[in-house]
Amino acid sequence: MSTPRDHIRNFSIVAHIDHGKSTLSDRLIQVTGTVTEREMKQQLLDNMDIERERGITIKAQTVRLKYTAKDGETYILNLIDTPGHVDFAYEVSRSLAACEGSLLVVDAAQGVEAQTLANVYQALDHDHEIVPVLNKIDLPAAEPDRIKEQIEEVIGLDASDAVMISAKTGIGIEEVLEAIVTRLPPPPEGERDKPLKAMLVDAWYDPYLGVVVMVRILDGELKKGMRVKMLQAGAVYGVDKVGVFAPKPTDVESLGPGEIGFLTASIKEVADALVGDTITTEKKGIETPLPGFRPAQPVVFCGLFPVDAADFEDLRSAIGKLRLNDASFSYEMETSAALGFGFRCGFLGLLHLEIIQERLTREFNLELITTAPSVIYNITLTNGEVLELHNPADMPDPVRIDNIAEPWITATIMTPDEHLGSVIKLCQDRRGIQKDLTYVGTRAMVVYELPLNEVVFDFYDRLKSISRGYASFDYQMGEYRTEDLVKMQILVNSEPVDALSILVHRSRAEMRGRAMCEKLKELIPQHMFQIPVQAAIGGKVIARETIRALRKDVTAKCYGGDATRKRKLLEKQKEGKKRMRQFGKVDIPQEAFIAALKMDDD
Amino acid sequence: MADMPAFGVYIHWPYCRRICPYCDFNVYKARGDDQALADAILADLHHWRQRLGPRPLTSLHFGGGTPSLLPPTTLAKMIDQVCALFPPLDNLEIGLEANPTDHQSLAEIRQAGIERLSLGLQALNDPDLKRLGRDHGVRQGLAALEDALVLFPRVSVDLITAREGQTPTQWHAELQDILRYDLDHLSVYGLTIEPGTAFARQQDRGDLIPPDDETASTLYDITVDTLRGAGFTHYEVSNFARHPAAQSRHNRLYWQSDDWLGLGPGAHGRLTLDGQRLATETHLQPKPYVEAVSTTGTGSKPPDPLSDTDQALEALIMGLRLDEGVEAARLHALAIDPKTLRQLAEEGLVDGDLFTLGRGRGLGDSRLGGRLRLTGRGRRLLDHVLLRLTA
Repeated sequence: MSTPRDHIRNFSIVAHIDHGKSTLSDRLIQVTGTVTEREMKQQLLDNMDIERERGITIKAQTVRLKYTAKDGETYILNLIDTPGHVDFAYEVSRSLAACEGSLLVVDAAQGVEAQTLANVYQALDHDHEIVPVLNKIDLPAAEPDRIKEQIEEVIGLDASDAVMISAKTGIGIEEVLEAIVTRLPPPPEGERDKPLKAMLVDAWYDPYLGVVVMVRILDGELKKGMRVKMLQAGAVYGVDKVGVFAPKPTDVESLGPGEIGFLTASIKEVADALVGDTITTEKKGIETPLPGFRPAQPVVFCGLFPVDAADFEDLRSAIGKLRLNDASFSYEMETSAALGFGFRCGFLGLLHLEIIQERLTREFNLELITTAPSVIYNITLTNGEVLELHNPADMPDPVRIDNIAEPWITATIMTPDEHLGSVIKLCQDRRGIQKDLTYVGTRAMVVYELPLNEVVFDFYDRLKSISRGYASFDYQMGEYRTEDLVKMQILVNSEPVDALSILVHRSRAEMRGRAMCEKLKELIPQHMFQIPVQAAIGGKVIARETIRALRKDVTAKCYGGDATRKRKLLEKQKEGKKRMRQFGKVDIPQEAFIAALKMDDD
Repeated sequence: MADMPAFGVYIHWPYCRRICPYCDFNVYKARGDDQALADAILADLHHWRQRLGPRPLTSLHFGGGTPSLLPPTTLAKMIDQVCALFPPLDNLEIGLEANPTDHQSLAEIRQAGIERLSLGLQALNDPDLKRLGRDHGVRQGLAALEDALVLFPRVSVDLITAREGQTPTQWHAELQDILRYDLDHLSVYGLTIEPGTAFARQQDRGDLIPPDDETASTLYDITVDTLRGAGFTHYEVSNFARHPAAQSRHNRLYWQSDDWLGLGPGAHGRLTLDGQRLATETHLQPKPYVEAVSTTGTGSKPPDPLSDTDQALEALIMGLRLDEGVEAARLHALAIDPKTLRQLAEEGLVDGDLFTLGRGRGLGDSRLGGRLRLTGRGRRLLDHVLLRLTA
C-alpha cells in the first residue's frame, strides 16, 4: 500500500564534483540497510563507468530508503540523484521539481564552487528547504567555521545548523538522516481521488525491463494495468509494471501522491519518454500539462567521422544504440569532402559531447575524428528568411546574408585571487563582457557574458590550465545577439578543407587564422612538394604559412642490427599513415582537425 | 642447398674506451675483463656451426663498440676458428672497425689476419672532433690513415656530416682534404640524433642545434656530387666506392638480405635453416650473454621465424639502399600497388624502366625478372618512398 504522505521525504543532493555526493548517497543506502554490506558496490548510484571515473552523474537516479527515526516512526526517503553538470541543467530542474528539499553538500576544505552555486540557486527556485552538510570534516585542511561563513555570505543560507559529516568514514550519517526527517518538509497534500497527475522525471533503457520511466505522483494513483497518456508526447500506453527502487527495481501495487517510483509500459524508445512530460489517465485525465516542460535542445554540434572509412556502418549502429538510451543528443548523416561519411551530432553541451564521444570509443571500440564543435547560428537572409546553421560548411553565400546572430551565455567563474588576472584576460580575449566581480575571502567570483562560440571549444581546458585547476566554471544560456561573424576557410594546397571551416568574429579572424595556419604547419607532415596553408575570408587570404617540400628523408646507417628495428618502425609508420586523411594530394593527420583549433598562445 | 644465400659472420665487441655522445649502439666502457666474453663468443660460434653445417664463408666482420680494442692474439684466434669451421671463399673479406687512437695496434691487427680496415676519422677539423666527443685529433687521425693505407690491402674511412654549425664550404673543403689520400672507399653518415643518447639530451636542452632539413640536404648533395666527381660510385645511401672490389662485401650481405651469423652481446643475425628464415638476437649485455652461453650453449635468444611479408619487407628496406635496387621477385608478398609505383615513377623517385616493364601487372611477377630501384632523388627520400610503397 502507498505510504502516508507525512511519512515521505523526497530530496536531492546538491554538490560540486568531488565534494562527496556519491559517497554520501552510498552511506545513506548502507546505514538504512537498504542493501546489505555484501551487495554494496562502491558508489552504487553512478552506474556507468564514465560516470564513476569522472565522478559525475549523467542520468538522474533514485533510491528509496526506509528509515526508522528517533521518534520511532518509519519514513520513506526518496533520494533523487541529479546530474551535477550544467549541460544537464534542464534534467536537474526536473529532478529538483520532483523533490521538496535538498542537502547542500560542501567540502569543508574547499568551500563553495561555481557549480554548487548554480545548483543551489536552482533548488531555491524550486522552493526547496535546504540542509547544509559539511563533508570531509575529518581532513586536516577542513575549516568548517570558515566554510559556514562562506555559505552564509555567498548563498545567504543559515549554516549554523549545518550537519558535520565525513561520508568516507561514516561520521554524522545518522544526523543527516534525522535532519532529512525533521528539517525537510513532507510532500504537499495531494488528492488520491483526483485523476492521476504525475511528472516524468527521467527515463532510460534497461536491458531487462525496456524503457523505464521515473515518475513523481502529484495527484491520484498510478496502478499496474492502467492506460496512461503523456500530454506533451501525445501518446497512450498501458502500464505493465509499477515499482520503486530499493535500490533494485521492486514491484509495488500502486504509487500515491508524494511518492516517487517507476513505470514500464512497452515504450519503444527513450526518445518517446520526454523528461518533464505530464502523465495522466487516458480517460477523464487532466488537460493542463505541468509547467516547466522543455523539449531537449542540443546547443553544441560537431561532426563525428570514423578514422577508418570502412567503420562507417559500425558508427551508425553504435550511435543508434546510444541514442536509444539518450534522447538528448541528435544526429544526422553528414558528408565531408575531407573526411568522407559521418554524422553531424547535437549535444546538450561540451561535457555531453565528450561523454558520447568517449562512450563510442570505449564501448563500441571505434576510432573517431571529431570536428570543431559549433554552436547554432541564426542566419537572417536578405529575403527575410531565417536559417539555423549547425555546420559552418553549410553557410549560405554571404551576399544572401543580412545578418548572423550567435548565442551568448552568462558564465560564473570562481577562482583563487592569484589567478584572477589570467582568468579576466582569458574572458576578455574571448570577447567577454564583465558583469560582476566580487570576493569571498581569497576567492574571487566573476560573472561574464561570453559568446558560446568562444567557450565551446577549449575555454574550459584553458581556464583549468591558467588557474592550475583551481577555477570552477558554470554557465547559463543567454540570448542571441547579432554580431559581425564571418566564415573563415582553411585552404591546404589551395583547396578549402571543409572540416576546418569555422565561423569567427571579424575582429578575431586574423589572429585565429594565423594561429591555425601555424598549427597546421606543425601538424601536417612534409610532402614531396611545397604546401601552402592559408586562412581566407571569402576570397581574401588573411594568413599564410608554407610547409616546405621534403628534400631528404633517409636513415643514414642501416646495417645488420637495423633490419628488425627498421621493419618495426615502418609498420608503426604505416599505422600512423592509416590515421591520416588524404585531401587532394595532401595527407592530413586526423588529430589536426581538432588540434588546429586549440589556442594555447593567448 | 643450391639456392642458399651468401653467408657471413659478424662479431660484436661491445667495449669502448669512452662512449661517443651520438652513439646508440650496444656499447659499454672497456673494463679489461674481456677474456670470458671472447671465450663465450667462440663457444657460441661452435654451437651455431653444429646447427648450420659448413656454410661457405663470404665475410667475417668485427664491429662494435671498438673491436680494435680486442687483444691481437684473441683476434687472430677468432679469425682462425671461424675460417676453420666455415670454409672461406676465395675472396673472403675479413674486416674490422678501428679508431685512430688504436694507431699503434694496426700492424698487429693486420698480422692477426684483418684485410679490410674501416677507420673512424669522422671529421677533419679539431673543433668538430671535440664536439663529437672523439678522443683523437686531425693530425693523429691522418697519421693512422697513412699507416693503414700501407698496412692493409683495403681501407675505408668513416666520416660524419650534418654536424652542428657545419657549412657547405667547410664540408666541401674537408672532402677535398680526404680525397688527397689514395682511398677506394668512404662511408659518409649524416649525423642522426638518436633517442637516449647524450646528443638527444643536449638537443632537448637546446644545447645542440643540428642543421635544418635544407642544410642537411645541401650537405648530402655536396657529398654525393664531390665523391662522384672524384670517380666514386654511390653504391649505397651512405657508402661510396671507386670500384666494385672496394665495396664492403660484408655490408652487402645485409643490404641483399643474405645470411649472417651474429655473435657477441646484442648481435642480430639472419639465418636460413630448414627452409625457414630466422631472425636471431643475442642477449644485450655482456654478462647475461656469457651466462647464456655457459648454460644453454648459445648467447642467442630463441630465434623468430620471419613471415613471407617480413622477409619481403626487409628485402625492400635494405635492398632499396643499393644503387642496383632489389629483385622484384623478392617483393611479391608485399603486393605493391602498381598505381603507387607509377606515381613514384612519375615523381622521378622510382627508376622508370621497371614501371614500363610492370605495365600494371605489379611487382613480383616472376616472369618480369626486373629490379625495383630508386633514382638518386628517390634514394635521398628513401624513408618516404618506403612508406608509400608499403602503406
